[in-house]
Amino acid sequence: MPTIQFQLNGAAIAVDTDPDQTLLDVLRGRLGMTGAHFGCGAGECGACHVMVGDRAMASCDMPMWSVANKDVVTVEGLGTAERPHPLQRAFISEQAMQCGYCVSGILISAAALLKRNPSPTEAEVRTALDRNLCRCGSHNRMVRAVLRAAAEMATP
Amino acid sequence: MTSPAPKLPVSLEANPRLSSWVRFTDDGRVAISPGKVEIGQGIVTALAQIAADELDVDTAKVEMIRASTATSPNEGVTSGSLSIQQSGRALRHVCAEVRQRFLVAASERLGVDTSLLDVDDGVISGPGNVRTSYWELAGDVSLDHDASTVVLAKTVAWRAVAGHSVQRVDIPDKLFARPRFIHDSPLPGLLHGRVLRPDVSGARLTALDETAARTIPGLVAIARDGGFAGVVADSEAAAEAALNLLRKGATWSAGEPLPDGNDLAGFLKSQPVETTVIDTRSAVSTQKAARVLRRQYIRPYIAHASIAPSCAMARWDGDRVHVWTHSQGVYLLRADLAIVLKLPAENIVVEHMEGAGCYGHNAADDVALDAVLLAKAAGGRPVRVQWSRHDEMFHAPFGAAMAIEIEADLDEDHEIIGWRHAIWSNGHAARPGRAAQPALLAASEIAAPYPRMISTNPPAGNGGGGDRNSIPLYELPAWTITSHRLLTMPVRTSALRTLGAQGNVFAIESLLDEIAALRGEDPIAFRLRHLRDERAKDVLRTAAQRARWKPERRSGVGHGVGFARYKNTGAYCAAIAEIEGTDDIRVKRLTLAVDVGEAINPDGVVNQIEGGAIQATSWVLKERVRFDRSRITSTSWTDYPILTFSEVPAVDVEIIQRPEIEPVGAGEAAHGPVTAAIANAVYDCLGVRVRDLPITRDKIIAAMELAS
Repeated sequence: MPTIQFQLNGAAIAVDTDPDQTLLDVLRGRLGMTGAHFGCGAGECGACHVMVGDRAMASCDMPMWSVANKDVVTVEGLGTAERPHPLQRAFISEQAMQCGYCVSGILISAAALLKRNPSPTEAEVRTALDRNLCRCGSHNRMVRAVLRAAAEMATP
Repeated sequence: MTSPAPKLPVSLEANPRLSSWVRFTDDGRVAISPGKVEIGQGIVTALAQIAADELDVDTAKVEMIRASTATSPNEGVTSGSLSIQQSGRALRHVCAEVRQRFLVAASERLGVDTSLLDVDDGVISGPGNVRTSYWELAGDVSLDHDASTVVLAKTVAWRAVAGHSVQRVDIPDKLFARPRFIHDSPLPGLLHGRVLRPDVSGARLTALDETAARTIPGLVAIARDGGFAGVVADSEAAAEAALNLLRKGATWSAGEPLPDGNDLAGFLKSQPVETTVIDTRSAVSTQKAARVLRRQYIRPYIAHASIAPSCAMARWDGDRVHVWTHSQGVYLLRADLAIVLKLPAENIVVEHMEGAGCYGHNAADDVALDAVLLAKAAGGRPVRVQWSRHDEMFHAPFGAAMAIEIEADLDEDHEIIGWRHAIWSNGHAARPGRAAQPALLAASEIAAPYPRMISTNPPAGNGGGGDRNSIPLYELPAWTITSHRLLTMPVRTSALRTLGAQGNVFAIESLLDEIAALRGEDPIAFRLRHLRDERAKDVLRTAAQRARWKPERRSGVGHGVGFARYKNTGAYCAAIAEIEGTDDIRVKRLTLAVDVGEAINPDGVVNQIEGGAIQATSWVLKERVRFDRSRITSTSWTDYPILTFSEVPAVDVEIIQRPEIEPVGAGEAAHGPVTAAIANAVYDCLGVRVRDLPITRDKIIAAMELAS
């Protein structure tokens, strides 16, 4: 089985894998990283989003061969309870979820947006999150949380 | 402060033992063990608040125990917006009594009268700086007593935690990717299972060639029990690969035809039914109607469409099995598993773990039986089964389609003098654990199959099913409400958030709006004139004020109102919708006022109302389960679209806080009123009544053609 090397949450990693296996399978099944969630398996719901470079992408239909030498960030790489990412802090402040299953993918989409556009408008936040589905109806809280995080990150 | 109460709260009557609810742990915490479960609605936090308040401990010291048939009180199912009413009242009662028992013990130890003792974060102190604590006394105070009927709970003025917004206890785990969902929970030696299901409705597996599937590396077992078949493998990828090959070797029976999805009313009204008169009211004077309005409203089948596919884990040990599930009712699921497995219930432990929001009875219970059956082939190792998106949108139960016909008798002034409301619908509940036969999908597939359960309706005392909210809350002089429950069920249905209330409120509130318009009367004034209940009037007035009713007419913009008291016994909610109707309908803003009595966690209530309002908007504008004559076709997010971030309206919620009134749930209050408010706003904007959900461009065109 070929070895595929890439950067995962800032650290170099090499995985022996079938190159057609999906990144989500490798993350959850091989590496025990369960932050990215399976939702549909077809890249339609965003629950499995990871950041590749500065783009949020579905990992459920992303073959491992396409990940080689890329820089991948999952929700585990965003922050921890001790050192939270501003987005994670803002999601707590806004109590921005109900069930929370979609949240890790939404955090990644938002983080990718803020990387490309540190001070987005509300409409830009909504557009950036349009590939993430939320069934509980927590959308507006999440949008407020992303705007709050952006404001906080802009403050020196 | 104490007054005798003749009856215990309902959950406490069923589980009176104090120790089954509350325990002081060796590490200085309070373990609270409710029978209700977290489904993303924030219930665990609200219950922790109630317990913290009555015990006088910090909420941070409260540890909420997940429901399990091994340890928890049996509170039936977490549904119907009843958890605050049932679990909350029980815990308030229990915790107050536990506090009192500890005060008595502290009084003995400290030599101070109980009336002089204070409790602060679990430390009990009295004059002269004497002190002890719940934990010091835990060895002396037995909680193995049944609750007494004496009410000791604090009065409103003494509550410090309940009634205030607190942060949800489950949110940090979900933000920092700490495993909390059943989907993410590792068990040692975990194997992965997948079940083979037909893609033709009602088809049964008749033959299976396993040869190809057996070549997959990592395959552990292929399980087969009559028409039930599945694979167990050492990874999800291997299980998926084996399932794909197994599917190629499967032969299926022809299946059963589905109805015409484009003529739901025709189908619903042509089936054998069980007819129940829900309520009648006779007029004092029998005035002859000057005019009769006869209207038909349709709600389609709606999918729960949880973001997570259903998942469960099971592990056998001899003739005992442990099941991990996101079911809404661990005891009810266990009862059905016991029937299928022909085992005593004591041999089965069913333990709850969180799943994604379910919004009612989805496949959570089905997948638990799948896991139990596949784990039989796993030699004592645990097996985790996860459904595919396709199976979730095909084989899980749906919210039942409804055809609702209302005839309103009007006098010369277009005042209502008679009202006949009839519902044709499948039953709205086929949950497990309530009948002699199991409701679980695989139970109808195994070699000795059980018949597929035809869904029924909960009794009126529990809010009814298809008839939920069909009795108007308005003072009308006469009415007859009739429910026709289908006795056939080609499309599987069970409980979806609000059961029949969304459809009935849509119908009632649409027709009232139409009659107000006929009279040239403001629709809110018309409603207020027909309401006697002051709390009902208050939510309408509050919503109206907040939305500056009625905004000036602008071209391409419409406003509409909807109101209901959920189940006629629960939360009051009024909604005002502002829509734009230039091309497609866009809901711009929803303004809601809600009264749940005492709001334990006000931000939690707002969150539920916002979520309900947005979900209802999605149902109204987009959602409809689609099928041809042989299969469900809306099995992906492309074919079953839901509202996206860019389409979500602004939602503004005001809570009318009534701390002196017993709390009720908030999770289902918004759907009916929001549905009606949007439909009425469409009329306000475009001048047509769309009575057939969802309100899409096609339906608007059809309504315009009908009107012209």
